[in-house]
Amino acid sequence: MKNNHRFRRVATAALAASLMIGGLAACSGSGTTANAGAEGASAADIAKALDTETTLTVWGWAPQLEPIVEAFEAKYPKVHVNLENVGTGNAHYTKLQNAVKAGSGAPDVAQIEYNALPQFALSDSLVNLKDFGAEELKDNYTASTWGSVNLNGGVYALPQDSGPMAMFYRADVFEKHGISIPTTWDEYVEAGKKLHAADPKAYITSDTGDAGFTTSMIWQAGGKPYTLDGSTKVAVDLQDEGARKWTGTWNQLLKNDLLSPVTSWSDEWYKGLSDGSIATLIIGAWMPANLESGAASASGQWRVAPMPTYEKGAAATAENGGGGDAVLKQSKNKAAAYGFLQFANGPEGSKIHAASGGFPSTTADLQSEAFLNAENAYFGGQKINEVLVQASKDVVPGWSYLPFQTYANSIYSDTVGQAYGSKGDLNDGLKAWQDATAKYGQQQGFTVTTK
Amino acid sequence: MGVMAVYALLPLFWLLVNSTKTQTSLFSSFGLWFSGDFALWDNIVGTLTYNDGEFLRWLANTVLYVVVGAGGATFLATLAGYGLAKFDFPGKRGVFAVVLGAVAIPGTALAVPTFLMFSQMGLTNTPWSVIIPSLISPFGLYLVWIYALESVPTEVLEAARMDGAGEFRTFFTISLRMLAPGFITVLLFTVVATWNNYFLPLIMLSQSTWYPLTVGLNSWNAQATTAGGEAIYNLVITGSFLTIVPIVGAFLFLQRFWQSGLSAGSVK
Repeated sequence: MKNNHRFRRVATAALAASLMIGGLAACSGSGTTANAGAEGASAADIAKALDTETTLTVWGWAPQLEPIVEAFEAKYPKVHVNLENVGTGNAHYTKLQNAVKAGSGAPDVAQIEYNALPQFALSDSLVNLKDFGAEELKDNYTASTWGSVNLNGGVYALPQDSGPMAMFYRADVFEKHGISIPTTWDEYVEAGKKLHAADPKAYITSDTGDAGFTTSMIWQAGGKPYTLDGSTKVAVDLQDEGARKWTGTWNQLLKNDLLSPVTSWSDEWYKGLSDGSIATLIIGAWMPANLESGAASASGQWRVAPMPTYEKGAAATAENGGGGDAVLKQSKNKAAAYGFLQFANGPEGSKIHAASGGFPSTTADLQSEAFLNAENAYFGGQKINEVLVQASKDVVPGWSYLPFQTYANSIYSDTVGQAYGSKGDLNDGLKAWQDATAKYGQQQGFTVTTK
Repeated sequence: MGVMAVYALLPLFWLLVNSTKTQTSLFSSFGLWFSGDFALWDNIVGTLTYNDGEFLRWLANTVLYVVVGAGGATFLATLAGYGLAKFDFPGKRGVFAVVLGAVAIPGTALAVPTFLMFSQMGLTNTPWSVIIPSLISPFGLYLVWIYALESVPTEVLEAARMDGAGEFRTFFTISLRMLAPGFITVLLFTVVATWNNYFLPLIMLSQSTWYPLTVGLNSWNAQATTAGGEAIYNLVITGSFLTIVPIVGAFLFLQRFWQSGLSAGSVK
């Protein structure tokens, strides 16, 4: 869809504009850090706040938020929640950044994805939930999602959904051409070659360059391209061993024309997922619900397998997407807002979230027999959650995103995207991305070192 | 010419063809021809009723922004352009420079500063935040100014004054008629610009109840890209189709006045 492309461009421009302002704000706003910590509340205060007439504003686009808010209001009738969808992804962050900069107009609670969380947390826009006792909730969540909300010793959001990666594949396509299901990346490349040779219209997967996918793939390969030291020192190394492992594999697919030239989330993409011309997807565990609604005609053909790895038998995966809910510093009802977080991202909320198509980050839900044994008719009756839950345990630890990741992702297509377009070397693209990212970081007042 | 026609009309044709398809056949059929069940009526009903009929709400918002914003912009531009063309006052050259400068600044560049200003005034997230910036049309002002210089003879104004008509009466009963082709042109531009405006409402509004169609449809489109989100591409396409129908109608309607006005000037 053309629209989507234009939207992304406009959103990128808006984001760039708002980040420029955000950067200026960062310089002047550092003085407020000192009185942080005085804003906390005890469990009794939170309970009291939830029993007081209050109106909370929540910004988020996840469709699961609607039933969660309904259940919350039923349980705490004195708290009224205004749920507002101000845009998806970047459009939402642009709005949020603008409101933070303007000093008013921000919601009490906002949905923030893990890759965007450092930007808001480190610019002192979010409440450190440790002051409300969030530290105790650590064991309720998977290690990788808790790691994503835990920045610089603070807790800046409660995890909602997660996206441990797996390989979704078309069983019928593999069967038709007699190709076995790949378990390593070398086998994956081989399968791609065989498939495309057998049917020139079919591709092992589609990829025209996507920042979130690239960072997740480097994550899986063991790369740690972004290192944070305090809130202003950043090191970027997109040529480390992990990054090179990934480009080593992906260059082979790219240079041999084995990737379908269809942009993710376009109508053509859904078309490819429906007719089998895109045979696998390496993507987050939240994908099943999207397949069911977007590629309904392919029901019964899709299956899920663990993500291929670099060494045979060594389980390793990464997070792709997912995020949580945070409380804004601007909020005048922080205790009630935290109460909402506890509900939405706790046992009650996560049940509703999972029931309406989200993939949970809560260990209790992931371990429940009902969840593990659920047979999914769309996937031909496969117990897909067994594979996906195992993936959530195999996420490679120690990853972190940049404090200006949303900007970095917005310039991805001008750098790595070029390498995709010209079928060149992805390493060159990554180098260009690294340079452009570092330059921007310097302009924003970060100390950025590169290798 | 033929190539240009194809280039201009093909997207419209695509939109028409695909708004007759169901979500499933949208992804399983050739994009430039009809296929499967003829689902146009179902799609239209679906578009108008989805999520408690929010499409109709957005349509009403868009009409409000166009009538008040574009109508007001045209009115102000006509008044000011006429005034600048027909009256002398100190500082006129300065105004000229400011207006020309304003024409050169794209609205997109002003959107974020405007947001910060409106936020201070507590106007964001209200219809005013979309209407007030839409009221300003430096290009329209410039157009009317130039047009008034040529098409409203000063002799006629002097005659009216001799007969005892006040300036407002002269403007509304005499000059406005002569200015008609000019302000219809301005109206055409501002209506199209306001109808299609995306960036300003995107930045200003956070409550979907105040969205215009452009921002609303985009939120439907984005819905398909989120975890567990329902893909409603068929409704997005039908909604886009319904969105361009009024603007095409308005264009064809206003164009008649525009043409007759232009030719009326030429027979003098």
